[in-house]
Amino acid sequence: MTSNDFSIVLPETLLAIYGMLALLFAVYTGKDKLAGLITWVTAAVFVIVALLIGLGGGGATPAFHGMFIDDAFSRFGKVGILLAGAAVLVMSYDFLDKRGFAKFEYPILVLFSTIGMMVMVSAGDLMALYLGLELMSLSLYVIASFRRDSVKSTEAGLKYFVLGSLSSGLLLYGSSLVYGFAGTTSFAGILSVVSVDAPLGVLFGLVFIMTGLAFKVSAVPFHMWTPDVYEGAPTPTTAFFATAPKLAAMALFARVLHDAFGGITADWQQVLAVIAVASMFLGAIAGIGQTNIKRLMAYSSISHMGFALMGLAAGNAEGVQSALIYMAIYVTMNIGTFAFIMTMERDGQPVTDIASLNLYWRNSPAKALALLVLMFSLAGVPPMLGFFGKLAVLQAAWGAGLIYLAIFGVIASVIGAFYYLRIVYYMYFGVETDPLDKVSSPVTFALLTLSALIMLVGIVNMFGVDGMAALAAEALVK
Amino acid sequence: MDNVLSFVTFLPTVAALVLALFLRGDDAVAQLNAKRLALFATVITFVISLFILFGFDASDTGFQMVEEAEWIMGMKYKMGVDGISVLFVMLTTALMPLAIWSAWDVKLRVKEYMIAFLLLETLMLGVFCALDLMLFYLFFEGGLMPMFLIIGIWGGKNRIYAAFKFFLYTFLGSVLMLVAMVAMYIDAGTTDIVQLLAHDFSSETIKVLGFNIVGGFQTLAFLAFFASFAVKMPMWPVHTWLPDAHVQAPTAGSVVLAAILLKMGGYGFLRFSIPMFPVASANLADFVMVLSVIAIVYASLVALVQEDMKKLIAYSSVAHMGYVTAGIFSLNQQGLDGAIFQMISHGFVSGALFLCVGVIYERMHTREIDAFGGLVNRMPAYALVFMFFTMANVGLPGTSGFVGEFLTLIGMYQANTWIALVATSGVIFSAAYALWLYRRVVLGDLIKESLKAITDLSAREKWIFAPLIAMTLLLGVYPALVLDIISPSVTALIDNYHAALPADLVVEAASH
Repeated sequence: MTSNDFSIVLPETLLAIYGMLALLFAVYTGKDKLAGLITWVTAAVFVIVALLIGLGGGGATPAFHGMFIDDAFSRFGKVGILLAGAAVLVMSYDFLDKRGFAKFEYPILVLFSTIGMMVMVSAGDLMALYLGLELMSLSLYVIASFRRDSVKSTEAGLKYFVLGSLSSGLLLYGSSLVYGFAGTTSFAGILSVVSVDAPLGVLFGLVFIMTGLAFKVSAVPFHMWTPDVYEGAPTPTTAFFATAPKLAAMALFARVLHDAFGGITADWQQVLAVIAVASMFLGAIAGIGQTNIKRLMAYSSISHMGFALMGLAAGNAEGVQSALIYMAIYVTMNIGTFAFIMTMERDGQPVTDIASLNLYWRNSPAKALALLVLMFSLAGVPPMLGFFGKLAVLQAAWGAGLIYLAIFGVIASVIGAFYYLRIVYYMYFGVETDPLDKVSSPVTFALLTLSALIMLVGIVNMFGVDGMAALAAEALVK
Repeated sequence: MDNVLSFVTFLPTVAALVLALFLRGDDAVAQLNAKRLALFATVITFVISLFILFGFDASDTGFQMVEEAEWIMGMKYKMGVDGISVLFVMLTTALMPLAIWSAWDVKLRVKEYMIAFLLLETLMLGVFCALDLMLFYLFFEGGLMPMFLIIGIWGGKNRIYAAFKFFLYTFLGSVLMLVAMVAMYIDAGTTDIVQLLAHDFSSETIKVLGFNIVGGFQTLAFLAFFASFAVKMPMWPVHTWLPDAHVQAPTAGSVVLAAILLKMGGYGFLRFSIPMFPVASANLADFVMVLSVIAIVYASLVALVQEDMKKLIAYSSVAHMGYVTAGIFSLNQQGLDGAIFQMISHGFVSGALFLCVGVIYERMHTREIDAFGGLVNRMPAYALVFMFFTMANVGLPGTSGFVGEFLTLIGMYQANTWIALVATSGVIFSAAYALWLYRRVVLGDLIKESLKAITDLSAREKWIFAPLIAMTLLLGVYPALVLDIISPSVTALIDNYHAALPADLVVEAASH
């Protein structure tokens, strides 16, 4: 352990120190009166750290004997996670404040979960993987049940906790099998073992690890918790669930598969392909009957995870690149959509019924238009940016010879388009009902329009994200 | 002007942005301003597009006015026109001002209506100008969104069903094409259409799910493109979205749909299917021609029994598009010339017919044929105009409809006599349904009380019809205007097609 190691984990360390100081400061002074201040400061810290990481040095440097890896891949993931976290934090405050549960613990829990995610994408060892994953998950369990007086929210938290623990258990079991058969927990060590000859026990372990990770990205058949937790958790928490943790878990998925099991691509490729097809179709079909927009977004995210996994299933650098591009676009779209969902209210109470959007464009044409763009983008209709994400994963899948996967993917995208169109239908073609309140919330409005603008303007050059994703993928897949 | 194509393509978008950002309110003044600005923008677009037409060198069969720039993910932003596409660009820019002008009486959300049409124009022009596979797909699919909204917001009673059907039907057709495009990109390493045209796609027999696919990659890709273009055309049996969409769409929407959007399918066959997959085209030409002929006869018969005027004209469009596909896949000079001519002519004629329906719909708010009768007594000018376009639709010599049908029939006859024989019966059927419609709506005594106060064409409506009549007549008596531009490119297309066929298929193709 040298000072060099610590300089590599500096961003995480800074964030952790800041988190603990903020906690102490808030507990001993104003408590919940400081919630707004801490929210904004935390978001600012996120952005600063993201800049620090993004503009920092290049190259790939391991720390703590390979436990922790800082490379282009982890930097891509971290910047995405931090920016998504910051966006969710700033748009949450109004919502929480209005409902009277703007507590100072909220931003701090988000912060700790974010540190967990940063450890996840940098993990170079099964131990580090588990540490990061649990730090993230434990914080998420708490913020899922953040609305203590609501039965639904507590139920969501409990459900998430029980199922999450089960998946953690599976993951741990898989890790122990891998350790037992490979003799090491470090990814590099596992890679050198499986490259020569993969013992059957390692493959068993791999399957369990994949199960645990599939739970975290809510891929079919480990998706059951998603709709209930999305619906029950307070909307800001749902927004957070749908963005940063998904990106982190997907990045971790790529990290484990390539860093530790890169030598046996053929063994996990088919598993991923099946999971991807199942997720795309289940997300697309089950979403059709939903009337609650948060449940709908849960199924939408299941379907989107299927597409990202389709990229990963390609098992090469293009695949990782396409999955990263897909996730970056997905997170941007979801931030905008949830910024909108947070402002859906009638008589001051949050509404999540899709039918409440009836003829929404007459009251708020600008917001309706922004949501329209996002919905078409989520559906993958060109020329929105969402289409380019789908295109990237299709190219990767076809390039890797997964032809059926590509065909299933586009068919699922047509089925899924139906429910996005249904939201457009309510907003633009519906019948007259009680309109939603006109909520003036500059932050959510700004994020909504920004996200919609990115979907439109991004097609010019994707803001260079495709190039960065390519660098990240190269760092991961040697 | 080096960037004239991009300029023309994106000018309507700029106008749409101006409308969206700077025009406030929904009162009568704002509505009028919106309409004026949209009309002005489309007219300017048309005027500038004349530079494309006059700057176009018909003897050069390559792509002209090419613009090229690097883009993301291995794609290029590349625009250009050749003899096949340039007239579709002109058709679009020429018809859009008329469509906008015909929507002068719309009262609901005029600003948004105009924005939707302006965006639609950009996307349609982009389809015909794009020289990059993905760019083409972007424009091709993007057009669904404004049309979805136009049908869904401003459409008739059953508009929601029609809008969803339109969107999902065409979307499903197109995503298969997307998969084929990805496959082509990975096979050829580029999405540049010019390079893809020169690329030799494999036609080795391959095995899929235990079936031997003759023509291999070419056949599969051809079928994937076919799924998209056949829906868009639309061909029997995937035409069912069209009558619904037409009936529910507002008048201007129907005009654009029939006159321009349907042509994208035919254009796609000419740009992609035949030159890029020649072996598959040769193998599947008979199959497509049989479908086309079924479309001609079946749609004509269905048109006979329609009670809704728009539905009747929609089915007539399906039949006329049958001539186009049959002409294209007769794969000879007359057939292809005729198909392109038929598309241009159909653009003017069917657009005008939908406008004719729109004229009486706006007055009576019904499209039931039975609700009318004896209109000639109150509306002589309308009767004349409607008569003219009915005749053009039937294919009366002297109108553009005749030239297109005649050429495609010659082409078909050379390829397959039986096909031509059955297709010719469509000419008779089309006379039957079109004249019968005319008699029921326009001729006879004016006995219905509600029609007693109906007014004849206003000056605005006359001015909308005037250029359409002029073009229909002009192309009817002097088709060389169009044929001189398209023929060299078509000849080059056919030469390349024959050169690309392997020896055993050439014999067969020669007998075509």
